[in-house]
Formats: sequence, structure tokens, C-alpha cells
Amino acid sequence: MATSAKSTDISKTDFGKSPINARLSAEQKLKLLTDMVRIRCFENESVRQYSAGKMGGFLHVYNGQEAIATGCASLMGDDDHMITAYRNHGHALGVGMNMNECMAELFGKATGCSKGKGGSMHFFAPDKNYWGGHGIVGGQTPLGLGLAYALKYKGVKGAAMCFMGDGAVNQGCLYESLNMASLFNLPVIYIIENNGYSMGTSLERSSAFKSCLAERAAGFNMEWAQCAGTDIYEVRASVQVAMERAHNESRPTMLEIDTYRYYGHSTADAKHNVVGGYREREEIDFYKKNHDPINVFKAKLIAEGVLTEEQFDTLEEGIKAEAAQSAVFADESPYPEVSSITEDVYYEVDRQTEAGRTGKHFFND
Amino acid sequence: MALIEYRDALNQAFDEELARDENVVLMGEEVAQYDGAYKVTKGLWKKWGDKRVMDTPISEAAFIGMGIGASMLGIRPVMELMFWSFATVAWDQIINNAAQVRYMSGGLINCPIVIRGPANGGTNVGATHSHTHENFLANVPGLKVVCPATAYDAKGLMKTAIRDNDPVMFMENTLLYGEKWEVPEEEYLIPLGKADVKREGTDITLIAHGRAALTALRAAEILAAEHNISAEVIDLRSIRPLDEEAILASVRKTHRAVLIEENKPFCGVGAQISSILMEKCFDDLDAPVLRISSIDAPAIYSPELERKQLPRPLDIVAKVLSIC
Repeated sequence: MATSAKSTDISKTDFGKSPINARLSAEQKLKLLTDMVRIRCFENESVRQYSAGKMGGFLHVYNGQEAIATGCASLMGDDDHMITAYRNHGHALGVGMNMNECMAELFGKATGCSKGKGGSMHFFAPDKNYWGGHGIVGGQTPLGLGLAYALKYKGVKGAAMCFMGDGAVNQGCLYESLNMASLFNLPVIYIIENNGYSMGTSLERSSAFKSCLAERAAGFNMEWAQCAGTDIYEVRASVQVAMERAHNESRPTMLEIDTYRYYGHSTADAKHNVVGGYREREEIDFYKKNHDPINVFKAKLIAEGVLTEEQFDTLEEGIKAEAAQSAVFADESPYPEVSSITEDVYYEVDRQTEAGRTGKHFFND
Repeated sequence: MALIEYRDALNQAFDEELARDENVVLMGEEVAQYDGAYKVTKGLWKKWGDKRVMDTPISEAAFIGMGIGASMLGIRPVMELMFWSFATVAWDQIINNAAQVRYMSGGLINCPIVIRGPANGGTNVGATHSHTHENFLANVPGLKVVCPATAYDAKGLMKTAIRDNDPVMFMENTLLYGEKWEVPEEEYLIPLGKADVKREGTDITLIAHGRAALTALRAAEILAAEHNISAEVIDLRSIRPLDEEAILASVRKTHRAVLIEENKPFCGVGAQISSILMEKCFDDLDAPVLRISSIDAPAIYSPELERKQLPRPLDIVAKVLSIC
């Protein structure tokens, strides 16, 4: 099992008692659960639709990691921002994008969040402080630095959360970014969602480390921490420390959150759960049984008296229906017009400003 | 009008735009306290301070990416690459992020960044430091590419590039930094996508950009003085957007064209323009369109040979005489 750098044990600490969680109302706790279930149901529906041949390309789903995007999004204030890599549906739904626009994007439809121009890996919602959705492993890490730089430049008390997987930690631009984040005192939080595998290569086979990946930040005189991503209370409590550091001290943090993905790297990954593949079926079952963020939080809320089994079932049924409906919406939506291929390339051309009307921008004729 | 060095014209553009818009910021290696490796940003850190003029570590991928990320939130960074050659280190950020983020977000995001620095051969610094990427970058929809040949053009185009809301790749030339041209005192802007007729003529059109436009001008002088040939010189100034109208109007007048660039020939800027001429001016042409580029090999170090690797006035004259 790929667990040697991962804290898989459920912590003895009751993170429900941390101040950031203790002040949550019953309604807010149910919202956290709802948001996680929405991600799970959306992803299940998207896998179903992918298998039915409704979309092209890749599909990297977030099942098993829901507590991270949901927990982080729940901490965002008006001036906090988020940017991530290609496994981005959870973050998109977490910041409040709706299922219809996301599913329609997967279908390549004009009603998609990027008008069918981005696809699965490239969801964006700048109005919700959500900056994507980036396809090149690690390529978003300098952009996250830039968001933090802009916040500081404008004198705004905010943070830029920049997510990556454990496979991204061996890209060079990340280390250039860590150096500048610390050197320039930028309010960026680099969050490694360590699910144990960079595609089909386990952590042990891809990364050299002493105790964990986040510890590498120490070399840049940067604060770092590691926590488990099973319990959303723990995620929130851990990220909140980094948020406060960003807000109050304008200092960066590198935070490693241990998690697990139930599906393969993408839907094209056939070797993630077969004999002779890169991980054992038992390992997946172990995480589903013991570390499922939805089951763990559901049990906590039931124990807290905030939720009953029946209420959960009703909630889940409603969300499944919403996800199914989003597929109907996507299916019925029109494809983009061919003429739209050359729209959204240049700002000035789209707006037909004087600059956009001067000179030839496109060269087909 | 004052005679101003190319580098000082750029410096004036930065100074004026820093004053005009508080979101403009200059960044790059040695641009602040060192005054710029080529002194293009001289004095600006002293005048504007750390916030507006900022030194970065030698980390092209991350600082270019940082500028792109900041531009998505409304900052207008002007990023110096000490050499455009070093863009290869930041290629992913430029090609995948600056150029694609608007498209992939369905137009929700734009990226008002200028990436600038010298892009030229001829300084005997070997192949790694002598790349001219204008054809590579103009191949990427979403990017704009500008190559000014004079101080006047450099200032007017830079001010426009900084105000443009799309990513502009601005290519200067170390051999021109110390050259002087007339630059007016009063403010002016030069639009992207407008070529400049640097010399009028009737017998042949020489189309070039960057320093090659100046080489073409010298060739035109020789052609007039020694061969009684009247050559028109079109300086593209901007590669993308491209002033196709100016190109077509000139060739329809002269009926002959030679395309000159310091880039390599394969899929060079001239290849694109000759294709346009073939499609749109075929019946106007009295001779095949010819091209002159750098000799098709990595930039050689040897000073004597590098001079010959790049197009020279007499190379152009010979090519013109072959069709005139």
C-alpha cells in the first residue's frame, strides 16, 4: 500500500471542537455534507455518461477526495481565491458552480461553463474566485503565486489556495514558485492532495522524501504541515491555520493533505483496479471502508444529532436526481456554432475595439 | 525632435505608463536595482520603488507564470526576459497559460500582460542566446507579437502593448538599443497591426520586420543609387495582428516582392506572407516571391561568420537583381 508518507490513521483529535468547526451551525454542517455528496453524485453521473459515449477526451474524477475541495471552499471569504489542476470538478462545485454548466462542459455543449471550449480539465468561474482547472501537471503553481501577488499588490487581505496532486511535486516550476512565495512574502497556500499515485506510479516510486512531501517547503523557510483528508473537520482546521497566516502575516504555507482516489487517474486508466495493475483491489476497499469522507462525516453528524439516516437518504436521492437532470440538460443543449471556434481567442477582437479591428488576427482566409 | 536611443524610448514608454496606470508593474531579472541588464529600465526603480519595479530570481517559468496569474486579477505586468531566448524555460506558461486561458474559460478571463526583451542574433553569444521566436509565437492563436525596428516604433508600440488587453510578446533587439532615432516630445501611440511604409518605391516591395527592416532600407538605398531600382520598404512592426492590407497594396503597386527576416526560413514569417501573396496577389505578380532569412543553422558563435549568417544589404540587392 502507498501509505508510508501518508497519515492514514483517523486522528484521535476531535477537530469538531476546533474553533473554526465549533462555531458551525447545524445548517452549515449539513451544507458541508451536501456539498461533498453533490461532488460524489456529479462524478458518478459523469462516469456513467462518459461510459455512454457522451463526452470526449479524459475524465479525472474526484471520488474519495471530496473533503478537501469542500473543506477548503467552505473557508473562502470574498478575497480568497482558488486554482487547481485537472482533477477539478470537486473544486468547481465546491465554490458554487452548478451541475448543469459543468456537465454541459463535459458534453462539449454551448451551455457549458467554458462554452464547450475547455472540457473536463478546464472549468473556470472568476466571479466565484475560481481560476481553473489546468491541464499541465504543476503548470498552475506559478499562476497561484500570481493570484497571491495580485492580492498583496492591491492591498487586499486574501489568500490564494493553489492545489496540486502528489505527482506535481516533482515539477520544477513549483520550486521556483515556493522560493518566490517565501522571498516575496506572498499569501499563497500550496495544497498537495496526496492520493498516493501520480497516474500509475506510486508515491514511493516517484518521489524522494524524508517524512512527507510538504516538508520540502522547509528548505524555502516556509511553514508546512501535513494532515489527513478523511475528516472534513480536520481539513478545515488545518487549512484555517494557513489561511490566517496568509491573511494576517502575508506568509505562504505548504500543506499536504492525505487522501485517496477510488477511480483511476482518468477514465482511460485501466490498470488501477485489476490483477497485475498498480494497486490492489483490497487497498481501494480499505479506503472506501475506513476513510470515505462522506461516510465519516455522515456518521459524525448522526452522532452529533444533526442528521438521521433517513434524512441522509432523502438528501442523497435529491442530489442524484439533480445530477441525472444535469445530464439531461447537457444532452439537450446545443453544440457550439462553428463560428464560435474563433471567438474568445482575443479580448480586443471579441469586443471589436479599435485594436481588435486593426490588422489581421486570424489566418484561414 | 530629440534623437533618442531605442532603449531610452522604451524607458520613456514604461515611465509614462507607470504614471498613467497604477496597475502597471515592471518585473524581471535585474530590472530594478541593477537598472536592467541592457539598461532599458534604467532609473525606474529609483523613481517608482520596489512595488512598481521588481527584481525577480532567475526563475523564468515561475516569474512569467506569476505575471500571468496576476494579470488574470487585473494587474498589468510588463515582464522582462533578459533574452527572449530564455522563454524556452517559460514556454509552458506562455503557450499553455497566457495564450489559452481566455479560450479555455470561454472568454471569462483575459490576460493583459506584456512579455518583452531582446530577440536577435548578431551579438556572438552562441545559439542558446540568439533565438528569434516571433514565428513560433505568432503561430499560437491568443498571442500577439510585435517586433519594432526603431526607437519611435518601440515607444509607440510599447505604450499600446501595455494598454492592450491580450498577451503581447514584444521583441526588441540588442543591436538596436544604442541606436538613435527621432522621437517626439508629445505622447503618441502606434496601433498593433499597422505596418509602416519606411520608404516608398515603385519597382519592388521589400517586406521585413525588426532589424531586418533597417537592412532592407540600406538595400533600397543601394538599389536606387547603383541600379536605378525603386524599392518600397514595408516594416511589418507587428507580426500578429498582421497588416495584410499594407502588404497587398504595396505588391499590387510594385508587382514584385522580396521578404526579409533574421529568423530561420522554415515556417518563418516570410513563409506566411508568401502564402498570402500567392493566394491574393497571384495575378499582380511579375516574378516569384523570394525570401531571405538567416542561414538555416543554429546561430554560429564566430563573429566573422555570424555577421554573414544574418541577412545583409548586399544579399538583398542580389536577390532583387535576380527578379528585376
